[in-house]
Amino acid sequence: MKKRLIATTAVLCTTIVSLLSGCGASSEGKNGQVIVYNWGEYIDPETITMFEEETGIKVIYDEFETNEIMYPKVETGASLCDVVCPSDYMIQKMIDNDLLAELDFDKLPNATENIGAQYWENSKQFDAENKYSVPYCWGTVGILYNKTMVDEPVTSWSILWNEKYADNILMQDSVRDAFMVALKLNGCSMNSTDEKELEAAMQALIDQKPLVQAYVIDEVRDKMIGGEAALGVIYSGEAIYTQRENPDLEYVIPEEGTNIWIDSWVVPKNAPNMENAHIFIDFMCRPDIALKNFEYITYSTPNEGAKELIEDEDIRNSSIAFPDLSQYDNLETFSYLGEEGDELYNELWKKVKSN
Amino acid sequence: MNRKKALQAPYLFWSVMFILIPLCMIFYYGFTDKTGAFTLENIMAIATAEHAKALWLSMLLSLVSTVLCLVIAYPLAMILSSMNVSQNSFIVVIFILPMWMNFLLRTLAWQTLLEKTGVINNILSFLHLPALNIINTPPAIILGMVYNFLPFMVLPIYNALVKIDKNVINAAKDLGANQVQTFIRIILPLSIPGVISGITMVFVPALTTFVISTLLGGSKILLIGNVIEQEFTRAGNWYLGSGLSIVLMIFIIVNMVLSSVFDKDGEGAIL
Repeated sequence: MKKRLIATTAVLCTTIVSLLSGCGASSEGKNGQVIVYNWGEYIDPETITMFEEETGIKVIYDEFETNEIMYPKVETGASLCDVVCPSDYMIQKMIDNDLLAELDFDKLPNATENIGAQYWENSKQFDAENKYSVPYCWGTVGILYNKTMVDEPVTSWSILWNEKYADNILMQDSVRDAFMVALKLNGCSMNSTDEKELEAAMQALIDQKPLVQAYVIDEVRDKMIGGEAALGVIYSGEAIYTQRENPDLEYVIPEEGTNIWIDSWVVPKNAPNMENAHIFIDFMCRPDIALKNFEYITYSTPNEGAKELIEDEDIRNSSIAFPDLSQYDNLETFSYLGEEGDELYNELWKKVKSN
Repeated sequence: MNRKKALQAPYLFWSVMFILIPLCMIFYYGFTDKTGAFTLENIMAIATAEHAKALWLSMLLSLVSTVLCLVIAYPLAMILSSMNVSQNSFIVVIFILPMWMNFLLRTLAWQTLLEKTGVINNILSFLHLPALNIINTPPAIILGMVYNFLPFMVLPIYNALVKIDKNVINAAKDLGANQVQTFIRIILPLSIPGVISGITMVFVPALTTFVISTLLGGSKILLIGNVIEQEFTRAGNWYLGSGLSIVLMIFIIVNMVLSSVFDKDGEGAIL
């Protein structure tokens, strides 16, 4: 018995030592490191390798699933990071709470050159002077449906309340997205803080709950591809990918309007590698890199240079990837609702979930 | 003496760093509000309809899972112990083999198995049998709990059973007890410490789980573990999350006290 214990300890020790030395050797590239905190599956891993090779900066990459999960980590400084990629309203919240560093655009020539003017304009809704953020991806939220399972035209959010599709509906498991659907259905603004409107939206979500198969985030993609559900609320960027995998799927922006969102690169104030953060963001704005990422994640890119490089004409003119937004007059961007607004939403969402 | 102290140091460091300090932090957050003032609100919040319902549902599901585990595990442990195998034997290894795989992966696998177009339903429809629609319902969560925590019930009971002196059982038979009498009056009472320890080891993780309910319940069923997790990760309200954790801790401590009363000698311990 004792012998075995010694043997086990010896094995453990060697493993730990080798692990530690392994880390020591690779934790920093010759030009230091950059810690990136991004959405799950939101980058082509190859671009990271290319970045490391070209710049000699080691990338430490971590992922989050929702803005709400990301925020406390950055706020408390529990995990220091150099580059983060939150969405519009969360960027506004981070600016409001003085968590972000102003970017030095002299160090970001690719960003100023390639990101389309309209996206800088849209960004002003949450970053009034375009000082803190560089757009990375944008898109809408809509309904993805399976043509073989839905036999009527899908034009409105109300189809998600149609009892015919009970147990065949996938909703987003994120408070703002879920309320956006209900608020838009009721003809309200998705940035509403009016208690009556929100109560009504909550009631709508509670009424809908028996019809919902599951509340999901990233799984909506695989479940829709697998034919697990007929209708799902999804980000437009996932739509192209899912259609590629399952041609029966179709994406629509409901007529009541929806969320038009932008995810942008930002740099937290307490970033340990400010310089490298700029190098990383600029690298991501290079047209060939942005193109690589677009092809991999299929989320619409604000990078005009990359768009021109897209070879497949169908994709370049795709109304999903690059919709003509002028035909919609009821698109909105999320804005930060303040601490009280957040609390109200969370409280009502909890009521929906526990019902 | 000095040497003994030096040997204790790592454990002391461990307990302080990873048990004592986090515990203190939970109590600090649990009893304060955003301004840092003392409050009982976070504790009393358990009484609100959503929280009470989540706690009640958690208790119910973990209780059902614990009973199911016990019903499945006891006969299994009896079979294993009567096979006269040692703890390192092939059979026992086979049984704990799934535990070597990641808990999340195993639960995710059940999701794939149980889905509407999943493996099980494909087989059922191939055999022209009615589909099994339990994914995203409480039974699926119970299934996940039983599957994941069953080994924690089997092993303590098995340990208690193999420790029973065969002479005691032979004596009972000599004195004319039949099989049923031997079981009820000798084996069962002697295995109680194992049973109690198994109940604790299944009930506590089942009560606090949030992963199983998220994956197999489609996030539609809110257990108290989910509420606490979401207060920390999404709502960013550590105060409420800690307060609810303290309430949950009380239930766990009651369970622990009960088990220590029954299991004075620690006979049911897993190792």
